[in-house]
Amino acid sequence: MSAIPISWYLVLSAILFGLGVVAFVFKRNIITIFMSIELMLNAVNLAFVAFARARGALDGLVFVFFVIVVAAAEAAVGLAIVIMLAQHRESLNVERVNLLKL
Amino acid sequence: MSVPIILFFVCALLAVVGAVLLILAREPIHSALALVLVMMSLAVLYLLLGAPFVAAVQIIVYAGAIMVLFVFVIMLLNAGVEERTDFSKIAKWAGVPLGFFLLLLIAHFLAHSSIGTAIATGTGAATQAADTRELSTQLFRQYLFPFEATSILILIAILGALVLARKDE
Repeated sequence: MSAIPISWYLVLSAILFGLGVVAFVFKRNIITIFMSIELMLNAVNLAFVAFARARGALDGLVFVFFVIVVAAAEAAVGLAIVIMLAQHRESLNVERVNLLKL
Repeated sequence: MSVPIILFFVCALLAVVGAVLLILAREPIHSALALVLVMMSLAVLYLLLGAPFVAAVQIIVYAGAIMVLFVFVIMLLNAGVEERTDFSKIAKWAGVPLGFFLLLLIAHFLAHSSIGTAIATGTGAATQAADTRELSTQLFRQYLFPFEATSILILIAILGALVLARKDE
């Protein structure tokens, strides 16, 4: 039906992952940094689905399912840590979290 | 240009624009909405790839549950405009070009690998339903142990979140 080469999806996945890395490095708000991790996970999911389609196997889709479940657990724990951090530091800026810095 | 190709380009463009907006937005809530845009367009791409179950899970779990959690925390903490801090000189002059170089390198290798030329077979509605059935069979037979393990992981995550976020006595 659709004759879209798998490489287009993979290139899009690489672009999204790269933008996620850029966001992870450049953002200063800890919530936004968490969001960039979710963006990278989404990019990897796209690559998983594309490869699963290319190989005609369904294992990739099962892995996407597990990645989404683990991302949900990670978001719950991570946001709890963010709330705790905001209560202790009264700031969401990661530059202020420098207790271990020399 | 057939309809799937146009749809692919529209959704890919929306996803990239959303990711760029996530970086450029100064308010965390704007970043969250940009991320929802990325997730929605990725869900359409999953449909295009012939994976309706993954598309549904993407919208329900990612764009629904996880992003609501993010927006809830942003509202709860009253997160305002992000403070600007100075980047190091190395990050500014070496980091950005090297980052783009890495991006181009990955894209180059993906596009020229042997699997890159394969065609993504978007299949008809009948085979898609069969695919979802096959997926659930595989999930509850071959991958039953990881499935049960993730349920315990989620339970631990809920308990951990409760313990972490509770107010100190």
